[in-house]
Amino acid sequence: MVRILGNQTLTLVHGLGDFALFTLRSFQAVLGSRRLFRRIVRAGFEQGVRCLPVILIVGMFTGLVLGLQGYYVLNRFGSESLLGALVSLSLVRELGPVLAALMLVGQAGSALAAELGIQRNSEQIAALETMGVNSLGYLITPRLIAAVLVYPMQTALFVTVGLWGGSLSGSLLLGIQPGVYWSAVERAVASQDVNECFIKAATFGLLTVALCCYHGFNTHRNRRASGARGVSASTTRAVVQSSILVLAADYVITSYLV
Amino acid sequence: MAEAHPTLLLQVKGVHKRFGENIVLSGTDLDVPRGSLVAVLGRSGTGKSVFLKCLADIVPADEGQVLFEGKLLSVADPVTRAEFRRRCSFLFQSNALFDSLTALENVRLPLEQTSDAADSEIQERSLEALRQLELEQHLHSYPSQMSGGMQKRLALARALVTRPELVLFDEPTAGLDPLRRNAVFLMIAKYQRQFGFTAVIVTHDVQEAMAASDRVALLDQGRMHFQGTPAEFAQSTDAVVTGFRDSAVALGTALASLRHGGSLPTED
Repeated sequence: MVRILGNQTLTLVHGLGDFALFTLRSFQAVLGSRRLFRRIVRAGFEQGVRCLPVILIVGMFTGLVLGLQGYYVLNRFGSESLLGALVSLSLVRELGPVLAALMLVGQAGSALAAELGIQRNSEQIAALETMGVNSLGYLITPRLIAAVLVYPMQTALFVTVGLWGGSLSGSLLLGIQPGVYWSAVERAVASQDVNECFIKAATFGLLTVALCCYHGFNTHRNRRASGARGVSASTTRAVVQSSILVLAADYVITSYLV
Repeated sequence: MAEAHPTLLLQVKGVHKRFGENIVLSGTDLDVPRGSLVAVLGRSGTGKSVFLKCLADIVPADEGQVLFEGKLLSVADPVTRAEFRRRCSFLFQSNALFDSLTALENVRLPLEQTSDAADSEIQERSLEALRQLELEQHLHSYPSQMSGGMQKRLALARALVTRPELVLFDEPTAGLDPLRRNAVFLMIAKYQRQFGFTAVIVTHDVQEAMAASDRVALLDQGRMHFQGTPAEFAQSTDAVVTGFRDSAVALGTALASLRHGGSLPTED
């Protein structure tokens, strides 16, 4: 029992160290990377533009639900006028960065892990290395930089659409004056809340994209499954671990910033 | 420090490689003279591809030395290794083309990422490589839209665009019919003479390899059992060499024996 626990702990520590080195080396590869800007733009397009529909849809429904739930809770205390504050603070401080990150993990992160896994299996990554191209610099670095830039933008969009969703619920369905809703939003959200939102979004972006890249890039190391099953296993692991990491990192950042 | 042999571009001395309990290479040697075309023959599963990947510095050897112009690669500094990779190209059995890039983008990639050439020069050299391999009609096609032979030519164009001095071919004719097999060997021999690079081809096509190469080596049980010219290989009376070389004759004999009610010889 103790031996199993010890082995598991060692595996975990080794995995964390390996992941940290992978991320550091990917950033280090910026130095020798050529034509990086073009690849950052392409990675930004994959993580940003292609994920827009899911961000808009989930953002809108989150705002609508928050508006409804918030109204019925506040109504019990006669504080419906605070609906804007409740929706905006929930979205800006917590739900926006977390839900946007989870959506991006589901859409962009899984695609990323699968693409890199297939590239590893079809020897495309080995081919890069034989050409003398730094595979981390070519494949991973632009995606990490793009994630740090794109996740905050996507989160801002998610929050904005969510606020409109809350406004729709409050004013159209439940009869709150739009002016009351939006002035509550304006009074409630401080610049510190927006900073927290962006810090969380950038951190989640970096961690989740790095983790998805790590699993896809190292698909060949999986001893339990190879080929298509190996790619499938890497993608599943990337999505599950990234989702857990988002929530764990959220707790750490919140407890540090609050 | 090993001395650089004046005519040898690549020297392999006593390379060992094992994967867990499986010993793949056990003291493999190979001499590759500059400007020559060397064919490494061997049965499937004898570690030919692993050997080639050890040469290309993709798979690290457990023991032994790989010397490029007399410089030991395993202990070389990053600059020397980068220099080796710049001067060496590897053609994978699977071609390893980037499936999300067009033919032109595939060929541009090594130049874009490893040279300081201007964009116009990169474009010119890439188009030239594609033209020489008769792919100018397919610049904007993706590898999945091309036939197997065209993919092979595209992989060769990508390998040659950096003007390498050493090209390593991993079973370039695997899975091809005899006509295409001949065409690929002809293509390699033609471009090897045209561009003047040194080539190492791993294959199990005996007749084609003997016809196209300057030197032949036979890998058996993790060691290089034979190294010499195709003529020496053809005349060798060694049991392993004759067994491999005359496998088509042996097949005919075994089948004739089977037709006359005999039993198949057992493999030792």
